[in-house]
Formats: sequence, C-alpha cells, structure tokens
Amino acid sequence: MKIAVCVSHVPDTATKIKIGANNKEIEKTGVTFIINPYDEFAVEEAVRTKEKFGGDITIISIGDDQNKETIRKALAMGGDKGVLLKTAEALDSISVAKLLSEEIKAGGFHIVFMGKQSVDYDNSITGQLTAAMLDYNCISVCVSLSIEDSKVTAEREIEGGREVVETSLPVIITAQKGLNEPRYPSIKNIMDAKRKTIEDKPVTAGEISSEVIEMRLPQPKNPGRIIGTDKSAVPELVRLLKEEAKVI
Amino acid sequence: MILAFIEQRDGVIKKVSYEVVSKAVASGKITGEKVAAIFCGNEVSGIDNLAGYGLEKLYFMKNPDLNNYSSSAYSELVSKIANQISAKTVLFGNTAMGKDLAPRVAVKLSAGIITDCVELEVSSDSIKAIRPAFAGKARQVVSLRTPVKVFTLRPNVFKAETGSAGNLDIETITENSVNLASKVVSVKKSEGKLDVAEADIIVSGGRGLKEAANFNLIENLAEALGAAVGASRAVVDAGWRPHREQVGQTGKTVSPTLYVACGISGAIQHLAGMSSSKYIVAINKDKDAPIFSVADYGIAGDVFEIIPALTEELKKQSN
Ligand SMILES: Cc1cc2nc3c(=O)[nH]c(=O)nc-3n(C[C@H](O)[C@H](O)[C@H](O)COP(=O)(O)OP(=O)(O)OC[C@H]3O[C@@H](n4cnc5c(N)ncnc54)[C@H](O)[C@@H]3O)c2cc1C
Ligand SMILES: Nc1ncnc2c1ncn2[C@@H]1O[C@H](COP(=O)(O)O)[C@@H](O)[C@H]1O
Repeated sequence: MKIAVCVSHVPDTATKIKIGANNKEIEKTGVTFIINPYDEFAVEEAVRTKEKFGGDITIISIGDDQNKETIRKALAMGGDKGVLLKTAEALDSISVAKLLSEEIKAGGFHIVFMGKQSVDYDNSITGQLTAAMLDYNCISVCVSLSIEDSKVTAEREIEGGREVVETSLPVIITAQKGLNEPRYPSIKNIMDAKRKTIEDKPVTAGEISSEVIEMRLPQPKNPGRIIGTDKSAVPELVRLLKEEAKVI
Repeated sequence: MILAFIEQRDGVIKKVSYEVVSKAVASGKITGEKVAAIFCGNEVSGIDNLAGYGLEKLYFMKNPDLNNYSSSAYSELVSKIANQISAKTVLFGNTAMGKDLAPRVAVKLSAGIITDCVELEVSSDSIKAIRPAFAGKARQVVSLRTPVKVFTLRPNVFKAETGSAGNLDIETITENSVNLASKVVSVKKSEGKLDVAEADIIVSGGRGLKEAANFNLIENLAEALGAAVGASRAVVDAGWRPHREQVGQTGKTVSPTLYVACGISGAIQHLAGMSSSKYIVAINKDKDAPIFSVADYGIAGDVFEIIPALTEELKKQSN
C-alpha cells in the first residue's frame, strides 16, 4: 500500500501569541514549533496501516527548512521517507491543498492521512479540499478506521455521537484524538530517522485565493468580579446571572 | 444570489441553520442579492418555520438515501444548485457536517473558503470575515479574491432573527439516484447527552473535583441549568470523562451563552476553547487561578461546598 501523511509544523500550544510587525502574521521569533498534535494520530495510523498491509510511508510537509524537524519526528515514529515542499510564501488552505494534491497525484498514493485540524490557523479543511481536488474519497474527523481490500469503514465524530461511514480507496482520512495512541519513538528510531532521506522540492503556489487584511489579538475581557469565597455568595451569583447577565 | 445550506439530522433542522439563513437574508438586504436555501433529506419537519426568517426560496433535494449525510451526494447536489442559481456566496454552519461539506463544495465551485467565521462584515462590494486563529489567541480579518465565496459560520454566534414572514417557495427536487461513493451507514448516538458543541450552557469540571465519582456534582448542576457537561483535558486524560466532553485547544471549541468552570485552573489550552463564551463563571479555591482572568463572576471557594449550594439554589428558584 502506498501511504502518505501530511504534517504541519505549528507553534507549541502553550505559546503566547504576539502579532508580527506587518499586522498580518504572528511574530515567530522565540516561538517553539512542534508537529501538529493531530498529525501524530495521523502518523500513528499510517504506521499501523503499513504494519497490516505492508507498503511504504511518505511524510509530506509544506513550509521552510524548519519543517524538517517535524518531518524527522514523523520519520522517527515510522515514516520511511520525507518530502519537503519548500516555500516561504504565506499560503491559505486552498493553495496548501493544491500543492499537496499535486504531490499525492504524482506519488499515486492509495491512502493519505492528515490531522483533522492544524492548531495554528485551525482551518480544519485541508484534507477535504485535497480529496475534492484529487477526486479521492475523504472521511474527516476519524476516531476509528478499518480497511478491507479496497473497502474503508470509519467512524467520524459528530455533535452528540458518531457517524459510521463506508467508502473505498483511494481515500484521505483526517485524524481526531481517540483514533489511536501515538507511540513514543525509541532512541534507536530517532537515530535511524536521521539517516532517512528528506527530499527538498521547491514549489510556488501561484495566486492565493484569500487575503489576510489584518491579524490582531482578541479584545481583552474586562476582569470579572470575585463575589465571595463560600456558599453565602451563591444567591448573589444566581441573581447576577438572572438579572445582570440574563443568561438563566 | 446567496445560498444558505440547511443542515438536518433525523429530519430536524439544526439551530445553526436558522442563524445561517438569518445572516444570508441580512447580507442580501445589503448587497441587493436574492437569497435561497438548500437542504438534502427525505422527510423533514418544520420547513415552514424558515419563512419566518425572511427566506423566500428553498430547494429541497429529496431522496431516501439523503436522510443520512453523504459527502459525495451532498456536495454534488449543493454545487449543482449553486451553479444553477449562480450563487456568489454560499454559507454553511461550522459543524461536523458543514466543515466536511463546505470545502468539497468550494472546490467544485472554484471558490475560496473561510471557515469558523465569528463575524461577516458585508458591504455592497466586499465581505470581510473575522475568525479566531491560534485557538482563539488571535483574530484574523480575511477576504476572498475569488468570484464565488464560501464561508462557514460558528454556531451560537450569529443571531437567528425572525423577520417579516415572506412567502416561502419550496421547490422539491426528487433525485432518482445520488452518488453514494461515500455514505453514512449508521449513526451511533452518545447516550442521550447534550453535546458541548451545541449547548447554550456548559458546566465543566476539572481536576479540582478530585475523582471521577464526584462528577455527579457537575451532572446535577448541569441538569439544574439544562446544560451540557464539559471537562478539562486533565480529567479526560485521567479517564474520568470521555474525550467528546473535552473543551480546549485539542478538545472542542465552544461559545455558549454561559460557561461554568468548576475546579479548572484555566491553562492556556483550556482558555483557548472557551474564552469566547458570552458569560463565564469560575469556581476555584485558588483566587489566583488564571480562570478568574476570563471569568465574569467568580467564587473563590471549595467546589464541594459551592456546587451543591448552587444546584439547590437553582432548584429552589425554579420551583
Ligand atoms: C498539546 C496540549 C494540548 C492541550 N489541550 C488541552 C485541552 O484541549 N483542554 C484542556 O483543558 N487542557 C489542555 N491541555 C492541558 C492543560 O495544559 C492543563 O494541564 C489542563 O487544562 C489542566 O486541567 P485542570 O484545570 O482540570 O487541572 P489543574 O490545572 O490541576 O487545576 C485544578 C484546579 O482545581 C482547583 N481546585 C482543587 N481543589 C479544589 C476544590 N476543592 N475546590 C475548588 N477548586 C479546587 C485548583 O486550585 C486548580 O486551579 C493541553 C496541554 C497540551 C500540552
Ligand atoms: N503546510 C502543511 N504541510 C503539510 N500538511 C499540512 C499543512 N497544513 C495543513 N496540513 C495538513 O492538513 C491538516 C489540517 O489542517 P488545516 O486544514 O489547516 O486545519 C493538518 O493536520 C495536516 O495534516
């Protein structure tokens, strides 16, 4: 089975965000970047799929040389080789999906794993866009997956439950937490990953369909009130919720 | 034309769809465009209610196989109608279905797409979308350059406004066969519980509850408020609560009218998922806990004393 995993390189979730000088992006200096947490589930599922069906796993990431750190992490978890689609452009989801779909088409992958969401811009659509461009099937936000011959059955999380979806290969799966428990690579795996190849492919996105006009911090909330320290404050809390906030 | 996608599950129209229709109607008044809505299904109740939101045209794509969601079938039908009416703007709710469907429709329409909008500033010649990024730690103002534009709107943020009830023209289009390349064969419901992503009020518990069994306090308070139960990652990781209840950067992003955080410290990843709630109440015995920095009202006390008292008070007042 030809398997690909697309991984994004994102600020650590504990990062305090500062706005960059152009007011359109975040200030990147001093920020620690990590593999997108959902992409770890995607890599793990790819490795399990390979363990079951054989084949090889290509890790694909779009970005600059820094992304190699994230590609290495995925290689240490069990990827076979990496591809860096190298560009310094500020891309939107459509342009990311276009570049990914060209790479996936060229590689003729049967199954592609992505995260359900990249915790930077939280767009949550790259997998679906890429699949639509390739005319692949797609199941997003997967929490369980089984493959038999070319038949794919998966459960995806929806409000208040799960949908059981049936489709067929080729398919793009986007991973939600719960799909599996990602492994910790051993020291040996980490060392081995250093010897795996990461191919550099310079790319250009062409016209970008969206324009970021501004990026700003959210309005800080007015600091609230601590209305008490024990249960004598409860009636006042209820009154405020009823009469001031009018939410109950 | 502006096209609004109506989401139905089990033949019932989702609340967010009224919000989406309202925004479409309000936008049409500004741009002078006509507004239509579309939904896919078989038997659907309450369609006539849509007239109350000022909607005049509705396409009902009908087939028994459309009762459940199918990304292949739904995306073909929505794109077909969007093309037929030359829709320039297509709006969806930012739900599990909307997020799956909207990007496929966007590709079919060669449209740009912006997800999870919390504001759409519509003028006669431009649309600016405002959306949270970096888990609510930043806001982006974005516009699309493509002739056709797709947006998904965060639930519970846009107002569903009933306006002058017009004449709703419902065009039922019976589809003889639909593309089921991908189809939902069954839906497993989590036992009768309200989902945090859809709730108006959420009561969340964290490690301050000390052990799983004490979540009955959270459940009782949630019941008294008609609320959904949420949780911090610490208690989900500990196995006290299921992941679907997790609120935060790697859980669900919620914006209810009221969020009550009990025994939750307010780590940055937790705040990321709930700080856009309209009102926040925090109960935490540590008065310096970061949760108080986003709370409107706080009680710096013991959850084991405050929660039962609050539940009692609410019950007493509702009698
Ligand atoms: C990659 C990543 C992603 C993450 N994603 C999420 C996420 O999506 N959601 C999330 O919630 N977290 C997330 N976290 C974890 C987050 O950093 C915190 O560890 C977590 O939110 C803490 O949960 P808590 O507030 O329940 O526990 P704690 O931080 O331990 O806080 C417990 C609180 O309870 C109070 N308390 C104790 N006893 C009582 C009492 N008797 N009465 C009143 N108050 C009491 C304490 O004062 C304390 O403030 C993530 C972390 C990482 C690294
Ligand atoms: N720059 C990128 N390079 C490779 N994969 C990406 C990139 N951006 C997003 N993805 C993939 O798309 C998923 C969803 O991202 P998004 O739609 O941006 O929330 C991520 O979890 C990745 O699997």
